Amino acid sequence: MLAVPAVVAIPLSQHLGAPASPVVAKGDKVKAGQLIAKSSGFISANIHSSVSGTVAKIDDMPDSSGYRKKSIVINVEGDEWAEGIDLGPELIRDCSLSPQEITAKVNEKGIVGMGGATFPSHVKLMVPPGKKAEVLIINGVECEPYLTSDHRLMLEKADEMLVGITIQMKALGVTKAIIGIENNKPDAIAFLQNKVKDFPGISVEALKVQYPQGGEKQLIKALINREVPSGRLPIEVGAVVHNVGTAFAVYEAVQKNKPLVERVVTVTGKNLEKPSNFLVRIGTPVSELIDAAGGLPTDTGKVVNGGPMMGKAISNMEVPVTKGTSGILVFPEREASRKAVLNCIRCARCLSVCPMGLEPYLLSILADKKRFEDCETERIMDCIECGSCLYICPSGRPLLDQIRVGKAEVGSMIRKRAQH
Amino acid sequence: MSLLTVSGSPHVHDSQSVSKIMYGVVYSLIPAMLVSFYFFGLAAILLTITAVVSCMAFEFVIQKYLMKGPVTVFDGSAIITGILLAFNVPANLPLWMVVIGSAVAIGMGKMTFGGLGKNPFNPALVGRVFLMISFPVHMTNYPKATALSTQLTDIVTGPTPLAIMKEGLQKGESVAEIIPQIPEYAQLLLGQMGGSMGEISAIAILLGGLFMAYKKLITWHIPVAYLGTVLVFTGIFWLIDPGYHFNPLYHLLSGGLMLGAVYMATDMVTSPMSPLGMLIFGIGCGVLTVVIRMFGAYPEGVAFSILIMNAFVPLINRGIKPKRFGEEVKNG
Repeated sequence: MLAVPAVVAIPLSQHLGAPASPVVAKGDKVKAGQLIAKSSGFISANIHSSVSGTVAKIDDMPDSSGYRKKSIVINVEGDEWAEGIDLGPELIRDCSLSPQEITAKVNEKGIVGMGGATFPSHVKLMVPPGKKAEVLIINGVECEPYLTSDHRLMLEKADEMLVGITIQMKALGVTKAIIGIENNKPDAIAFLQNKVKDFPGISVEALKVQYPQGGEKQLIKALINREVPSGRLPIEVGAVVHNVGTAFAVYEAVQKNKPLVERVVTVTGKNLEKPSNFLVRIGTPVSELIDAAGGLPTDTGKVVNGGPMMGKAISNMEVPVTKGTSGILVFPEREASRKAVLNCIRCARCLSVCPMGLEPYLLSILADKKRFEDCETERIMDCIECGSCLYICPSGRPLLDQIRVGKAEVGSMIRKRAQH
Repeated sequence: MSLLTVSGSPHVHDSQSVSKIMYGVVYSLIPAMLVSFYFFGLAAILLTITAVVSCMAFEFVIQKYLMKGPVTVFDGSAIITGILLAFNVPANLPLWMVVIGSAVAIGMGKMTFGGLGKNPFNPALVGRVFLMISFPVHMTNYPKATALSTQLTDIVTGPTPLAIMKEGLQKGESVAEIIPQIPEYAQLLLGQMGGSMGEISAIAILLGGLFMAYKKLITWHIPVAYLGTVLVFTGIFWLIDPGYHFNPLYHLLSGGLMLGAVYMATDMVTSPMSPLGMLIFGIGCGVLTVVIRMFGAYPEGVAFSILIMNAFVPLINRGIKPKRFGEEVKNG
């Protein structure tokens, strides 16, 4: 648990979809857990204050993507919580709400996917008409190496998480849930296998360690051997995937009436003095986490918001922790730069590691040559940007960078086509 | 605090590099090299050194003075080309011919296309075929493999097993009459046969191949497809008429097949990218090799087969795609 900072900056866009619209103004007094920005569309999420204090301004502030995004800045005064929020530690198992009420609660409390993608959770709990959910898949795979926040959560908040899973099962109308955990966490597997005996319908499955198994489609394939078709959602094969962190957040929202205002963040790095997992209020500057972990080592060459494979390098330590911040990684100088770029030697390693069965070498050339129609034919939009190709490339070629450019171009091409 | 680096993800990278891969291949060539030194002696050592040094020298000169770009002579790829070129010629080939072969291999085979990774054809094979066509007499004058030979001149030469087989059949001899003239299986395995410098010992080459597979420098697809196709194809002929066709084992163990299947066809630059593409490539090499050996003018067809299949690689890459995730929906 990290101390509440003096000032927080809470961005209005911490989730996939439309940014929330503020419902407070400069000078307003707010309490922790109070709604400060409202969801502004079907795919959007409510945002609550993580602290009590006074709204200092609503302005563009730098965020981890390097852009300035509209944020609500709050000067902290004390730590007073909004009414009706249960902060007590006791476990509440029984949930008498109907599926619709559960979904409404999850929506109201601003819960989003905690694995990193930050997709609004209530949307995933509503099964589209004509589709049927058969199984709830819980991602305990720890989406990326180095991060340990999900691991700690499974060990420390297992009961809460399992109640959260039971609630999600009720909302979806499924009787089966599988928690997938990689077998490099034998303690979590054994612990949860024992725990789930009290929770009907939930099972734990050990998976072999393989990045990027935390990817939604890869996890479904590993656990129930079904492949989600290109460009479709998991519900197509009867599956809904939620992260363990999301299950915990759902528990808190539904049983404790507590909105998503804090999360567990892994802070780690080779030369960091005290690498730890912190429970952090949303909006806390990254610099405070790093200070709590012993301060930035002098040889630091790169700071990453997220995991080593998909996280974003940040240059400003004052950017805030958001709902999707899973980790802060500190790399020493000599690990900060990339290899020199050499000719492609056609070793086919990128192709053999691609979890989506794509040809990264080809996509990167096509994108570089601006042949975007060909990129689309070669299914560039299937790329999940897991980074495996760029990780493995012996020539250090900027495969994923070029593919990202291609994806952006093809994406706008597709949108333009849809308008006509 | 110094400036922080900001770059796209991922932020961690595999320790593998181009030069590590290349030197891995160089190390895997050591067993076959030692066997050739054992059987062909000083001549083989001189030949290898000449080929490696001249390949590196030509690459340096071209990169530095013609392309005026970065010099990457020490990435190991020119060393591989040099060793493989030496492996592909008779051990007693005049050294100046090897120098010419190196110039063609590096200059024409590799640098004209832009250097490492851009060449469609295996450079060492380009060099070998150039020498084969330019100096056919020297290139088919194979020294006999005698243990620990130190002679440089007056080496006893003789035809390769494949040449004996082909000429025998052309003269109308039967398989039973020819077999006593060629080495036994054990000799073929160990390398006691006439042939190009590095192609003689199947065991040494397989050892190198296993090392490369262990180090993940090659996959099984191309060698297995190539050797398997030759086995099946020659096996069919052998079953039809064992009096006129040789046991498939002779085909597998003689000539440049092992060297070709393990080292030349698996060159990552000039072979297909997808596993299925690699299988097709290997099968194509196998069929062409057997066709040339049985029906062509040359006794050996490995080099031509691989070069011909090299030309098909872009087509294979275009047509054969890896299995896309979510393409066939398997439910249940």
